[in-house]
Amino acid sequence: MAEKLSFDLVSPERLLISEQVDLVTVPGTEGDMGIMGGHAPVMSTLRPGVIGVETEGQPERRYFVRGGFVEVTPAGLTVLAEHTVPLAELDSAALEREISNAEEDVADAKTDERRQIAQEKLDHLKALRQAL
Amino acid sequence: MASLKDLRNRIASVRSTQKITKAMQMVAAAKLRRAQEAAEAARPYAERMDRVLANLSAGMIGQPEAPALLVGNGRDDVHLLVVATADRGLCGGFNASIARLAREEIARLTAQGKTVKILAVGRKGRDALRRMHGEKIVKTFEFSGVRSIGFVNAEEIAATVLDMFEAGEFDVCTLFYSRFQSVVSQIPTKQSLIPAAVGNPDDQPEADLGGAIYEYEPNEEEILRDLLPRNLAVQVFRALLENAASEQGARMSAMDNATRNAGEMIDKLTITYNRTRQAQITKELIEIISGAEAL
Repeated sequence: MAEKLSFDLVSPERLLISEQVDLVTVPGTEGDMGIMGGHAPVMSTLRPGVIGVETEGQPERRYFVRGGFVEVTPAGLTVLAEHTVPLAELDSAALEREISNAEEDVADAKTDERRQIAQEKLDHLKALRQAL
Repeated sequence: MASLKDLRNRIASVRSTQKITKAMQMVAAAKLRRAQEAAEAARPYAERMDRVLANLSAGMIGQPEAPALLVGNGRDDVHLLVVATADRGLCGGFNASIARLAREEIARLTAQGKTVKILAVGRKGRDALRRMHGEKIVKTFEFSGVRSIGFVNAEEIAATVLDMFEAGEFDVCTLFYSRFQSVVSQIPTKQSLIPAAVGNPDDQPEADLGGAIYEYEPNEEEILRDLLPRNLAVQVFRALLENAASEQGARMSAMDNATRNAGEMIDKLTITYNRTRQAQITKELIEIISGAEAL
């Protein structure tokens, strides 16, 4: 692989990852994106899903995010995510909890717009459960 | 003149108070370091969020379809004041100065005929405001059981604020907290949450795009709509962290003062004690001598 990508994974509480990697796949709202060094500038929101980080000579690391925001600049890739869990630590019980939370959100939603957002989130989570 | 025994007791009690204040000061110092580290660690996220928001919102302000969270809902009648204080006292003027700032704002708004609602975060702030403005407090948050403030706590507050805003319960939201400047100086601050106080894009360090322009997915508006509620939580979180650091800083200097005062008091009491003791000995001697002379 030619150009390395400098990748920052930031949560509100701290900087989780900041390193040079080869490829990062992020679950963009309008589809998954694979980002390598020299990618065109993009801003996108994330849906709940899995971020994959690949570096040559290292096993792929995967993280579950509950939504967030991604920014690609020539300087690198920044992912802002509120809740990040390494996929290895995410067991089905935690996911079930997420899903039941999302179901409650759908039930509690006061406006149609809110309900739609919550419903979309729930669908993504269910898709993720099947993928695991 | 107090008896020797009284003085001894007094000195012992001041000394034990001094031990407590000294211990509290050291605990506050340790906690302050942790709070500062937490505030430091939270900075990258908040900075990036600021930059992105400033860029995105620059194009939106002034447009009719701009999100209400960014520009407000056009009214200015009901104000929600989120007053963030500590759950504990014994930290100098920390809680009092935040409450005072909030009270001034309440007085100013009421004088203009606005309705004021209060969302109290922290037990001390609620107690301070309850006396005069108890009926205005709509909800209280307490984190006394929480060891260190996490983002979930901020999200909880932000969710409440958002729900209330969507239900039309208020028009403008202001946050009160104390900005940490140094151990001896914490500045009570108010910050506008809704409409969002977004920095000027010109002040932000512009990311060098090398002549290219951003591609937005889905589009700028959608992203902004998604980001603004998150930003609210981030702002609250930042305020809570600043508050935590300020609280410990204020407690540290307050306890430092208390320890010093106790030390001075002990010195004074010891001098009085010694003088009294000496006077008593002298008196006893005089009694003996005059007794012997009388014989």
